[in-house]
Amino acid sequence: MKPYLRPRYLLPLGIFAALLVFLGAGLRLKPQEVPSPFIGKPAPAFTLTRLEQEQQTFSPRDMLGKVWVFNVWASWCTSCRAEHPVLLAFAKSSATPVIGLNYMDAREEGRQWLDKFGNPYQLSVFDADGKVGTDYGVYGVPETFVIDKQGVVRLKLTGPVTPAVVKDSLLPLIEELNRA
Amino acid sequence: MPKLLSVLAVLAALLLAPSLVPGAAAQAAEAVEAELDKRVQRVTEELRCVVCQNQTIADSHAELAVRLKKQVRTMLAQGMSERQAVDFMVQRYGDFVLYRPPLKGSTWLLWFGPFLLLLSGLALLFFKLRAIQSGPGADVEVRP
Repeated sequence: MKPYLRPRYLLPLGIFAALLVFLGAGLRLKPQEVPSPFIGKPAPAFTLTRLEQEQQTFSPRDMLGKVWVFNVWASWCTSCRAEHPVLLAFAKSSATPVIGLNYMDAREEGRQWLDKFGNPYQLSVFDADGKVGTDYGVYGVPETFVIDKQGVVRLKLTGPVTPAVVKDSLLPLIEELNRA
Repeated sequence: MPKLLSVLAVLAALLLAPSLVPGAAAQAAEAVEAELDKRVQRVTEELRCVVCQNQTIADSHAELAVRLKKQVRTMLAQGMSERQAVDFMVQRYGDFVLYRPPLKGSTWLLWFGPFLLLLSGLALLFFKLRAIQSGPGADVEVRP
């Protein structure tokens, strides 16, 4: 056997290759995207006032029987500005209702933000102290949830929704859930 | 007679004591606060700041961390146990919010992996050394 093909020389190379595989896998991990413990579990219940009409309230159980998108946003959040056109386009082209969670915001500022940049939401609920957000495991803005007809959380996205995300993740999932 | 005097003395001391320590109530409240602080510290040292990720909620100055620390404090003051407060957070943020990864089937490799690597390295060394000692070059003497 050729000397350089003897196992004792190939072993360090083999170990190095294995380490490369682990490094490659590790570099693909995204620790910033904390997986939600709610996937497959019922969306946490709450009752909040609506952003636009203070006297009216909303609860997730109002949406039972429908697939819906729950988007966490705030007027002070710059990334939300970035994803807003995508949400507007999605709301226009899809029959799926988008409900907004106005997170840790001031009511007037929230309203003005929607007036200025457009309103993709069927309605928004006002979560001034972020308690409902915390109940949903929200740790940054924007975040987006997809909830099915039985009120079970199916998907959580952290960070702005992009057209690619809509095409590859949201639309296929919503279609699948609508068929169920 | 001396016994009666000592009893009277004790009685007098007991009666006068509250007026000699006017801040007793305030001190008691402070003690309760200090105890609550300690409990909040214990709980928040077990929770990871999900935004900064390598800090605990106790250490982090991120807005979310400050807010969650306040929430922990409120929950503990309302009578929740430390265990319950931690579970509250895990329920919402998942296992990742625990600063020390739980010992589960899925984290076995995380906890014991380094020791396994160390042991296998030592084992390799041991067998290599033994092979050298009893191998073909074993009788060769090194020139001093």
